[in-house]
Amino acid sequence: MAIDANSPQVNRRGFLKGAAAGAAGAAAATVSGIAATDAEVQLPDQARVAFTPEQAAQTLAPETAPLPDEPDVMTVEDPGSDFMVDVLKKLDFEFIAANPASSFRGLHESFINYGGNTAPEWITCCHEQASVNIANGYYAVAGKPMAVITFAPSGLHHAMMGIFGAFSAHTPTYLLVANILDGKERRPAFDWGPHSVVDPAAAVRDMVKWDDTPLSLQHFAESAVRAYKMAMTEPRGPVVLVVDATLQENAVADRAKLRIPRLTLTSPPTGDSGAVAEVAKLLVAAENPLILAGDVARNEDGMRLLVELAETLQAPVQGGGRGMPNQHPLSGGGNVRTADVILALNEEGLYGRLNRYRDQQVRSSTPLVKSDAKVISISSYDLYMKGNYQTVERFQEVSMSIAADPQATLPSLIEACKKLITSDRRRVLEERGKRLASASAEALERARVECTYGWDSSPITLQRLAVEVYDVIRDKDWASVGGGGGRLWNVDKFYRTMGAVNGGGIGGSLSIAIGAALAHKKHGRLCVRFQPDGDMLYVNSALWTATHHRIPMLFVMQNNRAYHQEVMHLQRMANRRQRGMALAHAGLPGSTLSNPDIDFAQMARSMGAYAEGPISNPNDLRPALLRAVERVEKGEVALLDTITQAR
Amino acid sequence: MRFGLLFLIVAAVLASALPLRGQTAQAPPGNGETGKKLFVERACWQCHGRAAQGGGIAGPRLAGRVAPWPTFSRYVRRPTEEMIPYSPKMLSDVELADIYAWLRAIPAPPAVSSIPELNRK
Repeated sequence: MAIDANSPQVNRRGFLKGAAAGAAGAAAATVSGIAATDAEVQLPDQARVAFTPEQAAQTLAPETAPLPDEPDVMTVEDPGSDFMVDVLKKLDFEFIAANPASSFRGLHESFINYGGNTAPEWITCCHEQASVNIANGYYAVAGKPMAVITFAPSGLHHAMMGIFGAFSAHTPTYLLVANILDGKERRPAFDWGPHSVVDPAAAVRDMVKWDDTPLSLQHFAESAVRAYKMAMTEPRGPVVLVVDATLQENAVADRAKLRIPRLTLTSPPTGDSGAVAEVAKLLVAAENPLILAGDVARNEDGMRLLVELAETLQAPVQGGGRGMPNQHPLSGGGNVRTADVILALNEEGLYGRLNRYRDQQVRSSTPLVKSDAKVISISSYDLYMKGNYQTVERFQEVSMSIAADPQATLPSLIEACKKLITSDRRRVLEERGKRLASASAEALERARVECTYGWDSSPITLQRLAVEVYDVIRDKDWASVGGGGGRLWNVDKFYRTMGAVNGGGIGGSLSIAIGAALAHKKHGRLCVRFQPDGDMLYVNSALWTATHHRIPMLFVMQNNRAYHQEVMHLQRMANRRQRGMALAHAGLPGSTLSNPDIDFAQMARSMGAYAEGPISNPNDLRPALLRAVERVEKGEVALLDTITQAR
Repeated sequence: MRFGLLFLIVAAVLASALPLRGQTAQAPPGNGETGKKLFVERACWQCHGRAAQGGGIAGPRLAGRVAPWPTFSRYVRRPTEEMIPYSPKMLSDVELADIYAWLRAIPAPPAVSSIPELNRK
């Protein structure tokens, strides 16, 4: 039998068995040759002299003796992780994002070999924060959860900012957290500390909607379905399922006894019919109604409903995100100061919208709304709130508060309004609509004029950058996956922009954009992302994930070579304390990103993207954009490092 | 964690407010060239942009619509909205007048009609 001592297939025991057999057959075998070919074999010096066959046999006897009947189990036919994959497949996950870790090696292998790496397909990430934010961005476009797997404690800790972002934006990201709880299953030096936590979910329990630690595979199946259902129930939010490594790796005792429950999603709550009728009465009678919309629409139907409500009432809509076409005649108009009835829909920042706030040495705020104005809130966020991580502003008094999902409530509200609108009232509303449409058209023209100021400036103005980008994508099926062009970009379809999404502060946006582009990919849309430089520097390895998985998208840098918001904060402090302008002259230590300037194009190229830059001359923008878009349309990631003004 | 800070200054307030009683309506003479440098050195650009073009979430445009001197100078000292206040210690009256002179002298931008990107529907 030929023995390759360097083969990883041959362990020390097996190797020595072969060596002993060879020695026994030799008249005067030596073992010095054996030691030379197997670094693991370290025989004592005296053994390096010539042995008789008897001596060799005696020396090797402890290693070559027959194996005892110990309960060694070397293989497994039906590991628990295969069943877990079956469960997750039934939940129809399209992708699962992860940075690899040994605590979920069982699941990882099952996803690839048993699950075929499809539905879900494994998305390779280089940091757990990127994994979670890619999932957050995916949901903001796809409207359904994406799975993430990580491990306790390190991976989960890395993931925490993304989880907080999901919590803040009501994103139902689905997290699997691998852990090794059973002490006897832990590997010395590996799992006693770094991979074992008594209650891993405790680290994020204040920012997830639900978590569980299944102790059996049936428990896993039921909790996996429950977690999905909880995540998708309004208001939505992230969930955590702890998956024990031993449960993943042990064999399934009896598949026939396992059952995957059917998933039935909970329909969203609608407003009480009496309250909705009262709201309709107020809105129809209002002379200056105003709709303040947060993240209302979940799909095209939500957008249609919001538009229908606005048109029924001929009322202006401020906000609404992707739920309101931004060039609609009723979009963006109105004024909280003159409104007599204000309808707030899932508006989390209502205090800020209805009050004037000043960040001077003594902070102050004063109401903007008329004292007799009726403020109505319809929000699903009233149905779920946690205390530790505060995602609320100061308390805003309202006249009516309906705890319900706005999109689900809109049909009955629209219907109630239509019933109350007489022909006389309709004429009044139509006149108001004409005034609002006229104001909207004027605002659009003003936006064009605004762009002309600083048109030829270098660094490039953000307005010109937006205009130039839009001009090369306007005739394509485009989608913004972060940042936008303002009023001049015609957001006429639901998918043109993303839903509310949060990465948990600076550093999450790059990955969010990649997740969003991942969701757009199968539709063939041209994805564009305005990418701030400060954000890019946190988890820029996500760019490699985009190139590796062939997620076509265009990054246009907003490179102002600073954390400019902090620059402004520092200047405010310096002015307030009257300490001169030293900060402005010194390049604002701690807040600027220059000396040396960062070459983002080179960084992007190093990860396989097409890149150009730095581009500081606005006249160089258009040809660079055309080249970059051509590459994106071929399926590549492209980045233009454009040097822009700070604001 | 850093959340957005909105430096919302209502431009219309600057543009339409009337001179205050007791203030001189006429701006003191200023040096526009010096004012252009001061606009950068005194950090005005941070919110209003280097061409005083304004921005969506920071200071409004000042180019082409700077308020009358009494309103302008009063607002810089005691802004009623979010703007960072500038005391005379931070920005003297002479320096403020220089900046004002530059703002008033900024050439008109190109016409919308001359920019093809702004005319495609």
